Amino acid sequence: MINSPYIRKPASVQGVMLAVLTALIPAIIVYASQIAAVVLVNLAIATIAALAGEALVLKLRGRPLAPALSDLSAVVTAWLLALCFPPILPWWATVLGVLIAIVVVKHLYGGLGQNPFNPAMVAYCAMIVAFPSLMSQWPGAGQLDFATQLGLVFGGAREIDAIASATALDTIKTGLRTAGATVQSIMSQGGNFGLVSGRGWEWLAPAYALGGLYLLARGIITWHMPAAFLGALAAISAVFWLADPAHYASPLFHLASGGAMLGAFFIVTDPVSGATTPRGKLIFAASVALLAYIIRVFGSFPEGVAFAVLLLNICVPLIDMNTQPRVFGHKGDKAR
Amino acid sequence: MITRLFGFKGGVKPESHKNESSGTPIQKVPMPTRLVIPLRQSIRSTARCLVEPGQKVLKGEHIGEGEGGLGTSVHASTSGTVVEIAPYPMAHASGLETLSVVIEPDGEDRWIDHTPLDLRTVSREEALAWLRGCGIVGMGGAGFPTHVKLGGGRGIDTLVINGAECEPWITCDDRLMRERAPEVLSGAMILRELIGAKQVLLGIEDNKPEAIAAMQVAASGLGDGIAVVPVPTLYPAGGEKQLIRVLTGVEIPQGKLGTDFGVQCFNVGTAQAVHRAIRFGEPLVSRVVTLTGNVTRPGNYEVLLGTQVEELLELAGPKADTDRYIMGGPMMGTELQSLSVPVIKGTNCVIAASPALFPPPPPELPCIRCGACARACPAELQPFELYWFSRAKNFGKAQEYHLFDCIECGSCAFVCPSRIPLVDYYRFAKGEIWARERELRASDQARERFEFRNFRQEREKEEKAAKLAAKAAETRAKLAESGEAPATTAAAEDPKKALIAAALARAKQQQTAVAPRNTDDLSADVQAEIADIDDRREKLNPQDADKAP
Ligand code: SF4
Ligand code: SF4
Repeated sequence: MINSPYIRKPASVQGVMLAVLTALIPAIIVYASQIAAVVLVNLAIATIAALAGEALVLKLRGRPLAPALSDLSAVVTAWLLALCFPPILPWWATVLGVLIAIVVVKHLYGGLGQNPFNPAMVAYCAMIVAFPSLMSQWPGAGQLDFATQLGLVFGGAREIDAIASATALDTIKTGLRTAGATVQSIMSQGGNFGLVSGRGWEWLAPAYALGGLYLLARGIITWHMPAAFLGALAAISAVFWLADPAHYASPLFHLASGGAMLGAFFIVTDPVSGATTPRGKLIFAASVALLAYIIRVFGSFPEGVAFAVLLLNICVPLIDMNTQPRVFGHKGDKAR
Repeated sequence: MITRLFGFKGGVKPESHKNESSGTPIQKVPMPTRLVIPLRQSIRSTARCLVEPGQKVLKGEHIGEGEGGLGTSVHASTSGTVVEIAPYPMAHASGLETLSVVIEPDGEDRWIDHTPLDLRTVSREEALAWLRGCGIVGMGGAGFPTHVKLGGGRGIDTLVINGAECEPWITCDDRLMRERAPEVLSGAMILRELIGAKQVLLGIEDNKPEAIAAMQVAASGLGDGIAVVPVPTLYPAGGEKQLIRVLTGVEIPQGKLGTDFGVQCFNVGTAQAVHRAIRFGEPLVSRVVTLTGNVTRPGNYEVLLGTQVEELLELAGPKADTDRYIMGGPMMGTELQSLSVPVIKGTNCVIAASPALFPPPPPELPCIRCGACARACPAELQPFELYWFSRAKNFGKAQEYHLFDCIECGSCAFVCPSRIPLVDYYRFAKGEIWARERELRASDQARERFEFRNFRQEREKEEKAAKLAAKAAETRAKLAESGEAPATTAAAEDPKKALIAAALARAKQQQTAVAPRNTDDLSADVQAEIADIDDRREKLNPQDADKAP
């Protein structure tokens, strides 16, 4: 028997996921036009791999296919991965990464809603640890024509140094190891750099932010996570930059580089594996940003968001438990 | 009077669907063929039947005597003949049956003699008793006796009259306020006098401009301290605690009453019923009910209590594809298990449902922890955590996360993108916890009974010993009287023995001093109670009074 309430808001998981996909479109357009058009191919490969992988596991688990496949959550994971991976990553590596995310992280933990870790981020970290060289080949914006990009994705010979260069974050990091180099001197050499950070990439950042604002407007995400993440990242990078502008990049550089904007609006906001209380969200996202900065600047990987998210995923139960909001009418009660 | 509005967190905005039934004035209902009047007026109390089959009754005649503190009187809703006193299903999700008085109307609708109550000449207690006798209970749904709510009315600053009517589809209070504003306000003034409140705040959702206007006109003549306040349309603004919060900023926690915070809240229908009861001496025998949904003639009807829903529905004309009926609103109402259930004092609405109007929700998906439910919850809970704990039967945790602060408003389930019937999980968890508590209470009682038995046995032993000692002392005294000399001589003869006896006596005294028995320090109350219980026991089982060891 159906009990009250008898009416439902026409909201659905599918709708939520569709909104996330829609919000990614501006960034995809910028990515394809400014950096590498092959990203569109990668998105397709990842999507197919995700759906096929999900269908396979569902079949093995004896679950109905239709509801889980049509909820679009696998597609969201696939798109996030395709956008995180280097665009010239060989196709099989993209497929492998997506399968790790869907089969291992998502389904071995029980499927949608059960995974304590962000599937896309686990897969990203697994890939960067397993294939460090492949995962660090990034084409300079607009440097390779589409045929070459396609060739690389589908198994062409990889003359690595000739075709790919490091990301802006990486260039700064390795550049600073040379004696006498400053952030300014490295950036002024041009090449990979545009106005504030990586050429091409710096335009991707506002495109992600635009998508993020759409999600905020639709009420899919709340302001807490993006604000805390970007605020904390800006704050910590400002502290170091003000102390020593020659050796630390500006906050603007950090906000516009790597996975900062993608992270702020699409990664830390993953509801399943993130904190859920308002205060918990602030703590969670700010901690991810701080950790990501430390890994970026002092760690051995150029990009820190993925590792930081995973580390904080572990802390979610603790954060949630200790940040329970007070309940209506329990004004005097001490917060738990 | 200017009132500052406060907000409550959460809330949802379902489609209101008020237009279907709000346009038509309250209509009279033709005399039903029979009335089924339940003696049970709420889950808390049942009335004792005062009539017999075959007896003639008049409209407003006393047919049930409220029992216990929460009881109110039950009256015949029209004149006619009592034809049956038997269990009938009542409007409850479980479809439970309850003892009901069935009356066949004679069509004359003849009133008993009734007279107004002059509040100036009676004490407050008399006025409350009068309301109890008129069967006045809360008409917003819960049916809580009005005299009880008023009884605690000391130190009340603000009287809140609830005209918010936030559930979709329901318009009975809207029409009542539009058409009988002076009566509602007169009732509000009486209520204010009875609880001694300084100000009256009448909250109405701002999607009912006509009701607001009508009430404002009626209030303008009543002087200061009374304000009609439009409140934002946001479900559940009509929840008692939410409305109090919006109007006064006071948050009343679960388990507390408004009186603890100087606020008391009554529904507009209740206020009107109080007016009729005091100004005319009319018991509560009818109410306004909204009939709406999948019907051809939606509207509001003045319905005699006890009218069976099926007879009412004929008036509204349910359409062919109607598949079930909901009593109350779509957010918190219950599906009717039987159409023969009667309208009772808390019945505000019957909605005919069709698959097109209320489609069954698509299959439940896993929770994605999106937090939409937490943002919608007016009790500021974390519904998905409660869902998780209830589902895992981790009831301790569910309670720790304030399960019992949940008012079952349904906002969380309304917004959930995974279409999880969240409220059902809470109902389940609450039910389980209650059941366990009942069990616990039963075993507690058993344990107490057992402990009391031990205690009683010990005490009886002591009494016996005391009696023996007294007897011994008596004999000794007699002996001493008859032959004083031998005793003294014996003592003189044997000073050693006397010394030993004295030492023994001292030791014994000490022992009793360090180990007082648990029966020694009983308060007068407890002793009286024990005596009372023993007394009863003896009356019941005289033979085992001295059988006990
Ligand atoms: S709204 Fe539904 S899916 Fe979202 S957190 Fe609440 S229960 Fe989970
Ligand atoms: S039903 Fe309970 S948990 Fe859900 S929104 Fe209402 S008060 Fe909150």
